[in-house]
Amino acid sequence: MKIHEFQAKQILKNYGVTVPEGTEVRSADQAYEVAKKMGRHVVVKAQIHAGGRGKAGGVKIAKTPEEAREIAATILGKKLVTIQTGPDGQLVKRLLVEETLPIARELYLGIVIDRASASPVFMASSAGGMEIEKVAEETPELILKETIRPGFGLQAFQARKLAFGLGIPAASIAQAADFMMTLYKAFEASDASLAEINPFVLTTDGRLLALDAKMNFDDNALYRHKDIHALRDLDEEDPLEVEASKYNLNYIKLDGTVGCMVNGAGLAMATMDIIKYAGGSPANFLDVGGGANAEQVRHAFEILLSDKNVKAVLINIFGGILRCDVLATGVVEAAKTLGIKVPVVVRLEGTNVQEGQRILKDSGLNFTVANGMKDAAEKVVALAK
Amino acid sequence: MSILVNENTRLIVQGLGREGSFHAQQAIAYGTKVVGAVKPGKGGTSQDGIPMFDTVAQAVRETQANASVIFVPASAAADAILEAADAGLPLVVCITEGVPTFDMVRAYAYLKSTKTRLIGPNCPGIISPGKCKIGIMPGHIHKQGNVGVVSRSGTLTYEAVGQLTALGIGQSTCIGIGGDPIIGTNFLDAVKLFNDDPETHALVMIGEIGGTAEEEAATYIKANVKKPVVGFIAGQTAPPGRRMGHAGAIISGGKGTAKEKMAAMTAAGITVVESPAQIGEAMAARLKK
Repeated sequence: MKIHEFQAKQILKNYGVTVPEGTEVRSADQAYEVAKKMGRHVVVKAQIHAGGRGKAGGVKIAKTPEEAREIAATILGKKLVTIQTGPDGQLVKRLLVEETLPIARELYLGIVIDRASASPVFMASSAGGMEIEKVAEETPELILKETIRPGFGLQAFQARKLAFGLGIPAASIAQAADFMMTLYKAFEASDASLAEINPFVLTTDGRLLALDAKMNFDDNALYRHKDIHALRDLDEEDPLEVEASKYNLNYIKLDGTVGCMVNGAGLAMATMDIIKYAGGSPANFLDVGGGANAEQVRHAFEILLSDKNVKAVLINIFGGILRCDVLATGVVEAAKTLGIKVPVVVRLEGTNVQEGQRILKDSGLNFTVANGMKDAAEKVVALAK
Repeated sequence: MSILVNENTRLIVQGLGREGSFHAQQAIAYGTKVVGAVKPGKGGTSQDGIPMFDTVAQAVRETQANASVIFVPASAAADAILEAADAGLPLVVCITEGVPTFDMVRAYAYLKSTKTRLIGPNCPGIISPGKCKIGIMPGHIHKQGNVGVVSRSGTLTYEAVGQLTALGIGQSTCIGIGGDPIIGTNFLDAVKLFNDDPETHALVMIGEIGGTAEEEAATYIKANVKKPVVGFIAGQTAPPGRRMGHAGAIISGGKGTAKEKMAAMTAAGITVVESPAQIGEAMAARLKK
């Protein structure tokens, strides 16, 4: 799960990580009030989940409260198009009004879980403020890494190694090490999957702060972090994907014309791939899971069909836990109640397959039954044209 | 022969709830020796003919179990894994989906100090056709034979196995290693085991986007494996930055793409098919050569 910058900073602050003084606002007048109260230059930052806000005009400095109001008024309610939002952009509903800082150096700090070592890895780079993927590709020697031993956390010596590696002045090393260790504590304690401080700044008066903050969290651990779960912002997610998640359906919208309903994530991806291979394009990824029931199948259909680009639907089920007859019953019920107009190709395999196919055939509805994935993909692509 | 599980496997079940009981019965029907189950507080009783124990240690002592399968809820899965490892079980298969990543980080670190091999979590399990089935895969689609199958997916593995069986090609052992970012047994481990098994004559390797485990296995295969290998990578059409159902299936920072994996596997001499419908045929062709 992703959260906004101001929320990440609040979480970090609660753990003792130093962040600039700032307040979230939702109107131009509020921006004015906050800027006035601060009584100095402020930065007005659009709060959306996508990165690249600065270059897209979503981050601006205001010298006066009036200017803060003006800037807020131009950004709020606008769709910000960044390199990460896609061409439609993302509507800005919230802003962060924050103090400006006298920046001496911009650095980078990040924590991820490294799959190969099955451990968290703390990264630091002197190339702050830049896209870290780009740094990793062009100048990998600028990225310093410390692998964290599970159960031990980031050790002081590791933090010092990183701090000296970044060229932080001797007077600020202890402060930098403390910052990093606190950041790691916040990361582990909140079950984060990613933390990025970019830039991590050293001010001309020797302070170290998180000028920007990004945190993602492990969805599987949200059950033990109700406070973080409550920060989920549905405005930042695709409405169809939100709807699907209510029914435990794993749905991701794509831009093709063949709707897919599949059980299992791997098979669902493979189904998208074979549609492309057959000359079509998938409209979505949809995993109905191992134990889908008739009601879930109906919801899945509703979601698929509310995408107006869908010209045909492919149902690809390899029944293991999910029995083909149960699935077929669900498909027939859904097709009857929803009055489905688009052609539907069904490929069933596995447990109780004959029974499932008989249910489809006896339904009197016009399903195209396919044998195997190749046949199914070719049939559905032809029907979607 | 087969790897990891066979007719001598003595299995206990951790988590005999609805799912656990159903699949325990399926395993018994397949011929797996299910010797006990663990449910704290129910020791000394039995459920569906399976003797119950309070702790894994007790179950192992009294039944000489040598493998465990875990069906407990995600919040208790890491504890179940550690309990099984602590009891000295050489093989633990965790079916549970949704285990927090940090729980696995800690469990993985603990397991390194033991002799326990973990398969999963978030996996369909392992089957040596005709001998032993541990997990949730439909047993009847398998056929005893000489092809080893290793995959990150559940149903896509069934798809591949279904194609092999339809062509008369049997399997030595099929392992679903799981779709999470941190798993106990990865491709490399499975490939090594299959390579050392004289009765596994060829391998099917089914990967997906995310991580670099396929590339690591490909490097090993290039240098060490003479047996024919057929591969497929799911997610060739997946958009970057989106988690495709499995917690580990994500292209992040431009890394973990299907293209990179397919290139690494092809360079290692693996027959990489573009369509998931070609896995069986490709293996048939490699076996004829």
